[in-house]
Amino acid sequence: MTDTSQPSADAPARAANLRHQTVAFAALGAFFVAAPLLMYPIFLMKVMCFALFAAAFNLLIGYVGLLSFGHAMFLATGGYLSAHAAKVWGLPPEMAILTGTATAAVLGLAAGLIAIRRQGIYFAMITLALSQMVFFFYLQTPFTHGEDGIQAVPRGMLFGLVDLSNVWAMYFFVFAVTGAGLLLIYRIVHSPFGQVLQAIRENEQRAISLGYRTDRYKLLAFVLSAALAGLAGATKALVFQLASLTDAHWSMSGEVVLMTLLGGLGTVFGPVVGAFVLLGMENYLAQLGSWVTVVQGVIFVICVLTFRRGVIGELGQLIKKPL
Amino acid sequence: MGLKKTLLAAAVAAAVGGTAHAQISDGVIKIGVLNDMSGLYADIAGPGSVVAARMAVEDFGAAKKGMKVEIVSADHQNKPDVGSAVVRQWYDVDKVDAVFDVPTSSVALAVSEITRQKGKAFLVSGAATADLTGKACSPNTIHWTYDTWMLANGTGNAIVKTGGDTWFFITADYAFGHALERDTEAVVLKSGGKVLGKVRHPFPGTDFSSFLLQAQASKAKIIGLANAGGDTINSIKQAAEFGIVKGGQHLAGLLVFITDIHGLGLETAQGLIFTETFYWDLNDQTRAFTKRFAAANGGKYPSMVQAGVYSSVLHYLKAIEAAKTDDGTKVIAKMKELPTDDPLFGKGRVRQDGRKIHPAYLVEVKKPSESKGPYDYYKILATIPAEQAFRPEKEGGCPLVK
Repeated sequence: MTDTSQPSADAPARAANLRHQTVAFAALGAFFVAAPLLMYPIFLMKVMCFALFAAAFNLLIGYVGLLSFGHAMFLATGGYLSAHAAKVWGLPPEMAILTGTATAAVLGLAAGLIAIRRQGIYFAMITLALSQMVFFFYLQTPFTHGEDGIQAVPRGMLFGLVDLSNVWAMYFFVFAVTGAGLLLIYRIVHSPFGQVLQAIRENEQRAISLGYRTDRYKLLAFVLSAALAGLAGATKALVFQLASLTDAHWSMSGEVVLMTLLGGLGTVFGPVVGAFVLLGMENYLAQLGSWVTVVQGVIFVICVLTFRRGVIGELGQLIKKPL
Repeated sequence: MGLKKTLLAAAVAAAVGGTAHAQISDGVIKIGVLNDMSGLYADIAGPGSVVAARMAVEDFGAAKKGMKVEIVSADHQNKPDVGSAVVRQWYDVDKVDAVFDVPTSSVALAVSEITRQKGKAFLVSGAATADLTGKACSPNTIHWTYDTWMLANGTGNAIVKTGGDTWFFITADYAFGHALERDTEAVVLKSGGKVLGKVRHPFPGTDFSSFLLQAQASKAKIIGLANAGGDTINSIKQAAEFGIVKGGQHLAGLLVFITDIHGLGLETAQGLIFTETFYWDLNDQTRAFTKRFAAANGGKYPSMVQAGVYSSVLHYLKAIEAAKTDDGTKVIAKMKELPTDDPLFGKGRVRQDGRKIHPAYLVEVKKPSESKGPYDYYKILATIPAEQAFRPEKEGGCPLVK
């Protein structure tokens, strides 16, 4: 666990800590710059959107210890609002994405106020219940077009300058958004605020006795996580030019748990790897038809049985540094 | 991995095989069958649709005519983003020329949009939404087998004409259910029938008893099930438990396939009335096709969606032969120009809005005592001629119709 006390004593350790993470960030960035030469860019964009989504989810489970089972509602809210803003209101892409993200943050505030009062399974159930209510809302409300979804969303001109219908423009736009999102999460986790969050995760009673108003910290973390999930959904809606009920369905909330577990709970890079592995299976095994779910299940079981910390968690253990 | 291998195979084939037709891009006509291989719709479409496509390529005699046709397939898991990622990759990387089948309306609408952007061809068999040839119609899309308007109209109109003039609706409470109910109700009223009541059930639902009891109490002759998939199956099962059909009322399914009846069994499903555009036991040609199909598909008989895939692949290849190109937009235009004729749906045509038209059949499920063999399930109550079965071209609001 990251040390939370006496900044003076472990300053060199902290610098070393930063150095290898900088290398990891650079490697990740280099991978996503080079990957489109080998892999299909739309698939990679999807991976990046889900990586951001999983990282947002991981901010809660990995660093605050809150297992949300309703994160699909934020992904879907971001997606629907940005699709609606771009298609019906005719907003440019950056404003559409902001609309989606802001709405997800507001929803996060409302959901968070209710959910953070409980912990563990109760917290998970409250978030699940709320996300089912949101699912029902999107199923019924006319602007989402029910199960047909919002289709043919225009990607538009970014800042009125860059035409996002070009695959490469879109690719590097998604790259920038995801990169910024991940850096923000990294910053949050390594800030004094993040240290308090981890203290709450380790022992909430003790954090309270030290004088922290833990509810406020938890609420802010919840809203941040919701907004980032909304950002991922909003970007994804522009990539695929559609927003559909799939994103609001509870199984999406389950999928993000899988991604995070597979990659490594409470690691900065785990969710990215988890998203990549899970979506890679979904995409490259699509030819196998019904076997996809079986293969996914087997891999999940193997992962849980043999490397419980997830791919990146185990790697971090190997080099004895948090990743 | 599999994708890369087929790609490699295609590249090799293109390089070695040479070019029989100069206008065929990379010398190979590549057909993608995209549907639900493992979920809810795997029986009505699924691997059977791939079998149907393969049979169409054989029957067309592509090999003899020197045309190289390749078939690839994938599972969209009923998720629009999975489906659209696969299709984009097919078009951009794997040089697929046309996509077939695609059940689930949200996925079909997304694929239609991508196909229009890329100038390829999209032939829908599995999806139901009538928007594909209405507001969302496209010069690159043809909707082949059936649609919601045709189901509502066929079932509503024909049942009223055969005496079922009082209705009660049990409707799935979401956009699709509402649309089915609205369209059917309009047809019932127009044909002189009456709607005695309606009730909405949550989607997806498991317990239909209170809704069925309301329907029973209404004394309506026909109970219309404006729902789909598992909801329809559960309501039919529970209606059988309440003895609703034996009590003299009839159930009318608005979206039912032969595979559903096969799953339910005749004991439960008997007396159910609905509309389909294909039945294996129509004539000698459909029976001959079904025999071959069942042999290749593990004994399972074809659904109308699978028959539609066969028919659409056949017509697509004919159009390529006539147009001497595999350019999506041109082939679709040629398909609209040529009259359609195949052993399964008979003679028909493709309208300007992309709607393929052919007759539809109002069928009633037989009693177990009436059924003589496997899949002998339907009595055909009425045949709706092609020109009346589908929504008139001008009413859909498709911009392609002048």
